Amino acid sequence: MQITLEICVYILVMAVVTYLLRMIPMTFFRKKVTSRFIRSMLYYLPYAVLSAMVIPAVFSSTGSMITAAAGLVVALILALFNRSLITVALGASAAAYIAGLALLYLM
Amino acid sequence: MISNKKSGEFISGVNSGIPIALGYLSVSFGFGISAVSRGLSPFAAVLISLTNLTSAGQVAGLEIIVTAGTLIEMALAQLTINARYFMMSLSLSQKIPSNYRVIHRLLTSFGITDEVFGVAASRKEPLTTPFMYGLILLPFIGWSMGTLMGAVAGNILPDSIKAALGIAIYGMFVAIVVPPAKTDKGCLTAVLVAIALSCIIAYVPLFDFITSGFSIIICALCASAVAAYFFPIKDSDGEGQETSAEGEVTDNADNS
Repeated sequence: MQITLEICVYILVMAVVTYLLRMIPMTFFRKKVTSRFIRSMLYYLPYAVLSAMVIPAVFSSTGSMITAAAGLVVALILALFNRSLITVALGASAAAYIAGLALLYLM
Repeated sequence: MISNKKSGEFISGVNSGIPIALGYLSVSFGFGISAVSRGLSPFAAVLISLTNLTSAGQVAGLEIIVTAGTLIEMALAQLTINARYFMMSLSLSQKIPSNYRVIHRLLTSFGITDEVFGVAASRKEPLTTPFMYGLILLPFIGWSMGTLMGAVAGNILPDSIKAALGIAIYGMFVAIVVPPAKTDKGCLTAVLVAIALSCIIAYVPLFDFITSGFSIIICALCASAVAAYFFPIKDSDGEGQETSAEGEVTDNADNS
């Protein structure tokens, strides 16, 4: 498929909608929220978003629930010991890779 | 002194962006492979990543392009899947200092992704513009380069490596969430409620109509509301900036 005008219009619509969602609150919302409840929600929101994104989607991230579970367990352990983002990310990948090799030999 | 401080902030941002960029390289690599195998040109694939910088939205958008869906469908799909960025942007609007200029708001808001937001929102120090530009730079390059490499050379890597790289991005999420959840009961509550709801929506057939983008919104709003109700944060947070920001309220800022 060549890059046609049609594809460009699709991409434009995608990009504009996505950008507006990101841009509008940060650019136009200047007031500090005074409600303690709303401020508490905004404080907890990132952790809730990331948790909902990880579970259960992580279990289908490697094509095998077992290797994904191995990666997740290693990530949890490393994160409990406050390791850096990159250590935890690559640790999880390494664990999933090793689990995948182990599965090959066991089955 | 001032420029030293600025470059220090920029470098601090770049450092925080390294793991995100590495995670993105592997994830967008997959997007590049998939876009080209579905019939898009490598140029179109990279153009999508350059202009969108989002994972779930791009995957859905790709599907709509190759199945020749309508533009309305495209807009609605992006609106629901990426509505979480609206919440993240709103959350960051509370955290950035009031002297953060409009041009920088317009530019840096483009770089709000789940991971960038996670790092920015959990940063202890104030969010300065050099820090935000530094933080966004490498993830943006990583996302676009990964797409290009996947689109051009996706078939080189063995499947076992490709599969293992798929979990890297989730490992990063875990690394952001676990340390605060260890010490903060409210945070732990938000995490556990979000996980429970997310599993219910994913596995109970009744909720099959809820798309993954919507699921994230529902889980996050409910879980953070529960945590906020039982563990409200201390009232003193961020008070220093309140008076100076008060005068700049715009029409759009009226829903608090």
